[in-house]
Amino acid sequence: MEIDPFIFRLSIFILSIFVGYYVVWSVTPSLHTPLMSVTNAISSVIIVGAIIASLAGTNLSIFNQSSIFGFLAIVLAAINIFGGFLVTQRMLAMYKKKKKDKK
Amino acid sequence: MISANLLAIFYLISGILFILALRGLSSPETSRQGNLFGIIGMAIAITVTFLSIDNFSSGFLYVILFLLIGGSIGAFIAFKIPMTAMPELVAGFHSLVGLAAVFVAISAFISPDVFNLGSSGNIKLASLIEMSIGAAVGAITFSGSIIAFLKLRGLMSGSPITFPGQHILNLLILISIIILTYFLCLNQSPNFFWSLIAISFLVGFLLIIPIGGADMPVVISMLNSYSGWAAAGIGFTLENTALIITGALVGSSGAILSYIMCKGMNRSFFNVILGGFGGTDQTSSKTSKEQKPVKSGNADDAAFLMKNASSVIIVPGYGMAVAQAQHALREMVDSLKKNGVKVSYAIHPVAGRMPGHMNVLLAEANVPYDEVFELEEINNDFANCDVAYVIGANDVTNPVAKTDPQSPIYGMPVLDVEKSKSVLFVKRSLSPGYAGIDNDLFYRDNTLMLFADAKKMTEDIIKNL
Repeated sequence: MEIDPFIFRLSIFILSIFVGYYVVWSVTPSLHTPLMSVTNAISSVIIVGAIIASLAGTNLSIFNQSSIFGFLAIVLAAINIFGGFLVTQRMLAMYKKKKKDKK
Repeated sequence: MISANLLAIFYLISGILFILALRGLSSPETSRQGNLFGIIGMAIAITVTFLSIDNFSSGFLYVILFLLIGGSIGAFIAFKIPMTAMPELVAGFHSLVGLAAVFVAISAFISPDVFNLGSSGNIKLASLIEMSIGAAVGAITFSGSIIAFLKLRGLMSGSPITFPGQHILNLLILISIIILTYFLCLNQSPNFFWSLIAISFLVGFLLIIPIGGADMPVVISMLNSYSGWAAAGIGFTLENTALIITGALVGSSGAILSYIMCKGMNRSFFNVILGGFGGTDQTSSKTSKEQKPVKSGNADDAAFLMKNASSVIIVPGYGMAVAQAQHALREMVDSLKKNGVKVSYAIHPVAGRMPGHMNVLLAEANVPYDEVFELEEINNDFANCDVAYVIGANDVTNPVAKTDPQSPIYGMPVLDVEKSKSVLFVKRSLSPGYAGIDNDLFYRDNTLMLFADAKKMTEDIIKNL
């Protein structure tokens, strides 16, 4: 009897939910906004699907029905990746500790 | 060209790097490193995807081109956006993830052979269900986020839009989504697929319009969660580990944030989602209209009180964001510190329009994060503090939440501002806050109302210090 590969993926999925649960609870509340922007950025890893989709066309017809949707998705995901990581970086750079000897 | 197994291992590595990216956010010191992990993870995922493609058609150039176009737009936005606009930016980004998920699902539906999902009209059943879920959730995320964006940006009224039969309508539409998915699986007709997406767009729209402005922290977190589930759905379709891990992470992250936000308001998730809270038609706002005595003061009085205090707690709220008063506030605190006054900041979980909104604004104004405290950490300190300076917050300080079981906000955790020796309440008028109820604090003996714009008043106080 063989196990359907779907079950493996489901296992990864469920274990990741648990990992996410514990990791996110340990995020300090003051960083909840950067958390949202960085999750935004990483969920745009959907771009890998978009890249595969966009190369569906052949050399003769680069733009066919399905690759056009792929290209559109690349633009959207790329906005999110660059925008998300950079804005997170910008925010995190602002979080500073109190100077030891303040005067 | 790399083997499928190697490819899967690289996707796993980028998934792990994403976990580390979130892990880094447990403290500000490790957070920047965490973000770097996230960037590396993304770079790995994109690079190996390129390497996995065997026929480098000229389409590849277009991939790079569109990647750069999107990247430049994203980078431009990231550098230009003011920190006060962060809530709408995040909502906007959510909508893009949702739409990207829809597009990838459409593409997979049109040419399933590219993704090894069978042939057109004969897609594997499991894949079909997965892509339907991905597309439907993605579409809901997209239209819901657009509405959230418009409300946060002020392009659409923040007050809830309700109509009779709203909940029944939503329920019927949700049922029709399930029925459509069933028929889609039965005969794989594109018509069902397109209707499914169209109806999902409608759901997102209908779901968010009845939710009012100050409930946006919950909405944003919820849409964050949805964008994750959409990505996971696509991840299952594409059999991509990185996407599955990320989807699960983002999904649970958003769900936890929604939970924290709901708890901060002592309301159930369903209560928020069903909406209609905090409209202008709230009945309780009209009930106690008799004139109660209010003490009001000016910047001079406030400066005098704070200068002679030994400890001051600042309570910022959404009003501070609107007035952009964070920099003036920091200057005021600096001069207070020069006078030997101990100053800390108290942040309510739902202050502002998104989780952590106030913290980002204070960080922007160079307030050290170790002076900023969460509700549980600081609430006992109000009893020992001389002055509480409430700037732009309202409902989160209302003592009624502790005393009056009739009140709509009864049971909500509030900052015990009234326990401090004196309260300075910066507000433009006595109008009730979002919950539509009068703040008992205004009429307390130890409260001094400062009727002015938050930024202007703070600047005036600086002059008098």
